[in-house]
Order: sequence, then structure tokens, then C-alpha cells
Amino acid sequence: MENNGKKTRIVKNIKVDTKKCVGCKACEIACSAFHATPRYSSINTGRSRIMVVADEMLDIFVPIRAGDHTEAECNGRNSYIIDGKEYSECTFCPASCPSRDAFKDPDSGLPLKCDMCESDPPVEKPMCVDACTFGALTYEEREVEVTEPVTTVTDMDEGLKTLIKRYGLKKVMDTVVRVSKE
Amino acid sequence: MRYCETGFQLEVDLSKGSIDKVETDPRDTALYLGGHGYNAKILYDRVPPETDPWSPDNLLIFGNGLLNGTCVPGANRVSVNTIAPVNGFFGHSLMGGFFGAEMKQAGYDRIIIKGEAPDLVYLAIHNDKVEIRDATHLRGKGMLDTQRMIQEELGDKRAWVAAIGPAGEHRCITASIDCGNSSAARTPGPVMGAKKLKAIAIRGTKDVNLAHPKEMWEMCSRLRKELDANPNIGDWMATDEDDSFHHNNFAWGNARVRRKTFWSEGLEERWRNLKYDHMNRWTGCWNCPKACHNLIQWPNRRRFSYKCYGKDTYHMASFQELDFTYEILPVAMDLGFDSYSTPQTIAFGLELLDAGILTEADFPGMPADIRGRFYYLLQKMAFREGIGDVLANGVSGAAAIIGKGAEKFDHNTVKKFEQLPIKLGKLNPAYFLMIATGEDMAITQIEGSFPQDPIADPELREEFIKKWIAVPDKKFHDWFRQWVKRDELPDQAMVEITDWNECMHYLDDSLGFCGFVSSFRGQFGGTTGYHVWNMPDIITHGTGMEFDKDRLWECFQRNRTLIRALNNRRGLRRSMERPPEDHWAVRNEAYEQQLLTKYYDFKGWTFDAIPTKETLERLSLGWVAEDLIKRGVLTGDEPTALNDPRAKNEKE
Repeated sequence: MENNGKKTRIVKNIKVDTKKCVGCKACEIACSAFHATPRYSSINTGRSRIMVVADEMLDIFVPIRAGDHTEAECNGRNSYIIDGKEYSECTFCPASCPSRDAFKDPDSGLPLKCDMCESDPPVEKPMCVDACTFGALTYEEREVEVTEPVTTVTDMDEGLKTLIKRYGLKKVMDTVVRVSKE
Repeated sequence: MRYCETGFQLEVDLSKGSIDKVETDPRDTALYLGGHGYNAKILYDRVPPETDPWSPDNLLIFGNGLLNGTCVPGANRVSVNTIAPVNGFFGHSLMGGFFGAEMKQAGYDRIIIKGEAPDLVYLAIHNDKVEIRDATHLRGKGMLDTQRMIQEELGDKRAWVAAIGPAGEHRCITASIDCGNSSAARTPGPVMGAKKLKAIAIRGTKDVNLAHPKEMWEMCSRLRKELDANPNIGDWMATDEDDSFHHNNFAWGNARVRRKTFWSEGLEERWRNLKYDHMNRWTGCWNCPKACHNLIQWPNRRRFSYKCYGKDTYHMASFQELDFTYEILPVAMDLGFDSYSTPQTIAFGLELLDAGILTEADFPGMPADIRGRFYYLLQKMAFREGIGDVLANGVSGAAAIIGKGAEKFDHNTVKKFEQLPIKLGKLNPAYFLMIATGEDMAITQIEGSFPQDPIADPELREEFIKKWIAVPDKKFHDWFRQWVKRDELPDQAMVEITDWNECMHYLDDSLGFCGFVSSFRGQFGGTTGYHVWNMPDIITHGTGMEFDKDRLWECFQRNRTLIRALNNRRGLRRSMERPPEDHWAVRNEAYEQQLLTKYYDFKGWTFDAIPTKETLERLSLGWVAEDLIKRGVLTGDEPTALNDPRAKNEKE
């Protein structure tokens, strides 16, 4: 994309207003339906790439989107005190990691990552935003100047990397060859 | 593959320590849908009428509505059913929130608990991994500590924990089962205590499949936006601070005193500030675009959430103000008490003290002030100490034990069940039928589709009718047009209004819909979210079973008739179908009996309020007819009520 001679790209942003979240999980439901195969054929919030970190007794409701996978746990943790409420160390973290079962496919254990519902044909806005009638999630796009080559990490990239780390490249390739012949 | 449902139920026998995952017959789903209808079938099959509700042979069933755990907005209610210790009849309670959806994602349509554990246990479910775990360290713990401790033990903060508090452990009749912001109030709590089951923790990560994905998603997305935009559904008490209706019209104390001029603008402003100065946010249930729960943090109390009329019950029973409810409700809820019947039971006990039937000696150490007295009795009841051991049996149960005229103070129960504290002037025929005959035992679980009051202005009335698409038949439009005075419509109209009101609750409770987006909200504004015209398509696209209005209506009739037969088998008869004697100041016994006969006849029941053999067979319940005949409840030759010789007067 070019704008006045400068290379630009669109950054997609989901703005989260935690005060408006009621914890209904409509975002999780919509996400899991959209990413089901065939599309919308099942509901399973365990497969969702968005998760409401909720603790009603602490008045904490924080929707977080799945980000990159990491093989190692954090070497240190942060907890946050905001307006007198203490948020635990993982509340705002989008990673799928060894320390919790969030953002991992419940069957394969492979990491899940939010893709902002990119699809063909495209959807107007990510499904979680569309489902949130309370305004806790809003979608915006902004154009930013590109300063370095952009690479797109897909679900499949993430999954393959994890499989290779776990089983080794040779075993993964052998399996791909064997399965493709079946 | 099964759609919307998992096709499995979890059966746990706490006496044997056995756990079985049992595949179910899809033909039963087609007949009973799910929720309380399906649960009633299981209770009929497996709990003989001789069974004592307290015995290990009684069942406690957490049954998902058929549409729970799917993308259908507002479908999240679990029917918790058992044989109720309070009166020996079908016990029915509903729990919204997230427990049902999580259960379905764990792979179960329902959980059936049988037996009695040797000591306190809890059930831990994570998909196919199910364990009965020791819970003796949780004995006496409140709801919040129980939920948190179990989540920590399981290392899973996303597990939903449905638990009883000390009230349930001690088998208090007014105990509830709580899970997050939701609770199953009355009847199931004490049974869970009797089974020594402290809690069920559940976590699920399996798919809930949909038969026609694209159509289902499009329909549900549209419905979600419609429900969100519809001002006539949801709980108005969550946002509308004008609560003059309950305070000026309902009776305070032990359902005694109406304070018709209680409400004022100044009071409303003061209470509004009280609420919003202490409120954190509204919270909602699984996939519902309405957020009906108010999350409150009161000084020196743990956070708690409430909804609806739970906001009023404690301060109205004690003649206090809202601050008292906010102060005592978190304590009472943590003890595991229902907020409807518990304050009434306390007010009843204190009234007996005022009347001299109970004496100061029955209340050793009780504070002099009314607020202190409520706390005192809550604790006594929760742990069954002293007079609390008596009051823990509920109003009717306690009255029977106390005697000495206490029975006369038990003036607001139907079939031993505490009712809303409503005392009015002139008989309302449809409400008479609903209160007298309703199997759900509480008017809020029966009323809701037909408006409570006529609209006098013809233009406004026509405007209302134009938008009133929920009616199952145009005749309801006609009756509404001719309706001027609340109590004046043909008997046939009163009977069919009752029938339609019942129908919507029965459909909600078997499908999983919350009454606030469906059955309860049709009476206000006429544009409720769900009705017999849009429910069939949802079922069809969700499950793959072809449904239309007639087939759906038959499911309601089947479930209604089955639950009636279950209660008949346990002794329910016409003579028990009476509202509280002082519900209306002006009564007309002959007219009321005439209404009952016409209602029974319309339902295809006998003069004694039992479904006839023909009615049962028409609804594919021939097996129930055989059982009732074998047990001598029916001969099989009875006519419907109006054709009974005893109905001579009614026909005239």
C-alpha cells in the first residue's frame, strides 16, 4: 500500500473497555463458531482465541486476545494494582505458554492465535467485536508507515513451529509425507 | 452425530461411588426436549412415589435446556429437579449463568445424582475425567470460600462451581445452590445437602455441534441484536430505580402490611445514590445481551451480585430500607440461603414471638433490634441451632412442628411453598388458576405472556396488538380487544390465557431460555424475544429436527401433563389447588371451583385434576396411563372434568 510515496499498511486494533465487560462470553462464543470447520458448525469456548479473564468477586473482567506462542514460562512476573484492584500476573498476557492452558487447542494442544478473523470474503470487523453488544470491544483500523518488511505469521506457521520443536523436523516431515499418501 | 445436545448424561451414585457416562435416546429429546421436561421423565421412571424425598433413592438432576451452550442468545438455564422435601412433589428450580454451557462443553446434557455419600464430597468434572473428591475440609464453608478453594485445588480458575453453603449442608428448606452470579433457589439445595454433596465443579472443552451452521448463526446474530435493542426484555429492576410497584403493592413483614404510599421521589433519589455509590458493574449470563445482575461492594462485606426482586425481600420482611438488604444479602447468600423464602420464614418466626406462640426463651441471646434479629435467625437456621432448627423447615414445616395455632400464621403458602407477598382485593380469575394449579409453585414462573392489565385507550390498544406477534392464536387479540376490567373475560379466555402463560415457561425451561428474554416478559409491552413462532426455526436449525408451532406446543402439553401425573402419583389432587386464603379479600368459592373444572377439562384432566387415559395416550404418555391405572390413581374410564357428574353446577 502506498500513500504519498510512503509504504503503509493497515493496523487492526481492538480497543478493550474493561469497565463495560459483563462477562457474558459472547466474544468467545463468536470466535469459536467462526473458526470452527465447517464455519459456525460448533461452539466451544475452549477453542476461542479470545478469553475473558474474569473474577467477579474482585470485579475483574478483562477480555484478552491470543497472541504468540512461547515455549518457556516467564522468568519473572508482573502483577498490577489498578484503581485498587490487583490483577494477577497473567491477566493481560496474550501468550499461550506452558504455565496455563489458555489459547491451546483442547484436542491437539497446539497454540491458538487471533487472526482478526481475516477471511475471504472479509468480514466487516472481527467476530468478537460484532458479538459484543455492550461496547467492551470496539474495532478500529489505522494506517501506519511501514519501516521494515512485513511477515505474516499464520496459524499454520505457529502450529508447525511448535510441532517441530516438540518432535523434531525429520519426524514432522516424515509424518506429513506418510499422511499425505493415506 | 447429535446436534445442540451431546447425547450423553453423567450418572453418579454417591452411595456406591459409581460414575457412568450414559448415552441417551434421541427419541426422548424429540418428545421432552430437555431441561425440566426430560428431567421429569427420568424422575417418573426412576423415583417411585413411595420414595422419601430425603432418602438416597431420590434423584437430584441438573438438566441443560436443549439450546444451552450454543449460540442462541439468552439460552443458558439449567433446570435443577428433584422430589422436593418441602411438599413431596416435583421440585423445580432454574439456574442461569454459565454452569449449563460448561456442562455441555464437558460433554453432558445433564448430571444425575443418586445416593448419599458417606461423608461430605464434591464432584470434579473435566470433560471425561470425573472424580468424587473429599470435601470434609469444606464443611461449614460459605459459598464464596467453597468456590474459590475448589478452583484452587483443581488449579483451574475457569472451572464453574455450583455449591451449597451451611444452609444446604444442614438441609434447610430454603437453601439454594449457587454458581457464580446465579442460583437454583428452593427445593434442590436441601436435597444436595442430604446427599452430602457440597459442590459440583465443571470444566469443558468439547464442541457443541449445530445442524445447520450458516442458518443458525445468521438467525442467532440477528436475534442477539434484536434482543439488545428491545427495551421490553431483560430485568428492568437492574436499571430502573423506580421500584414503587413492589414497595407500594406487595405486603411487608410476614406478608401482612401494604404500604401504599411508601414510595416517594426523595426515597428513590436516596436509594439510587445508595446503589450506584456501591455498584461496580452489571454482569450477565452466558451469551445474553442483557446484563441483569448488579455487582455490589458494601462496606465490610464481600462483593455480591443480585437480580430482580432479591433487591427488596430482606428490607421488606423487616420494615427496613435498601441499605439493610445490601448489608445482609451477601451474608445470607454466602450461607446459601434463597432470598425469597428465607426472609419470609424469619418474619414468620418473629411474628410468632410477637403473638406469644413462641417466647423469649425460644430465642436466647437474640438482639433487641430488628436487624440484629434477622442476622441472629439466619445463623440459627443455617446451622440448625435452637429455634433455627425448627424454622429451617420453612414456614409450613415449622408451623406444623410448633403447633399451638402457628398454622394460622402460615398464611402465604401454596402446597407448603412460600409465595410472593401479594395481598389484593378482588379475585383475578387467570391469576387464581395460575396460583392454584401451577406446578412451578411460584407465580413468576407461571405468568408472563398475556398482559396483567387491559389498555383502555382503543388507539393504544390497537397499536399494542399490531406489535403483538407472540400470540399463538388470533383469539388472544380478540380477547384483549374486549378486555376492560381486569377480572372480566369469559372463563374460556381465562383458561386459555393461563394455558399460554404456562406454555411459554414450559418451553423456556425445556429449551434453556431465560424468562427475562422470553416467557416472563411478554406481559410487559408485548414484544418479548422468544415465542412459539421463532422457537421452532431455532430448534430446527440447531438440532436438525423439523419443528413447527404445533409440534412445539405438543411438547409443552406433554411435559406439563407428565409433571402433573408425576405429582398425582405422589398424591396431588384438586382439593390442594388453592391460593392462600387471604390472597384476595373478596373470594367466591363456587366460581373458583367452576374455573378449576373448566381448566381441568381444557387440559384433558379429570374432575380430580388427573390427566385422563385418553389425554396421556394422545401425548405419547400411554406408559404413564398404564402406571397410574396399575397404581389405582386412575381407573382409565374417567371422563374429562366437565363430563363428570360432579360438574353439574359448572355446566349450568
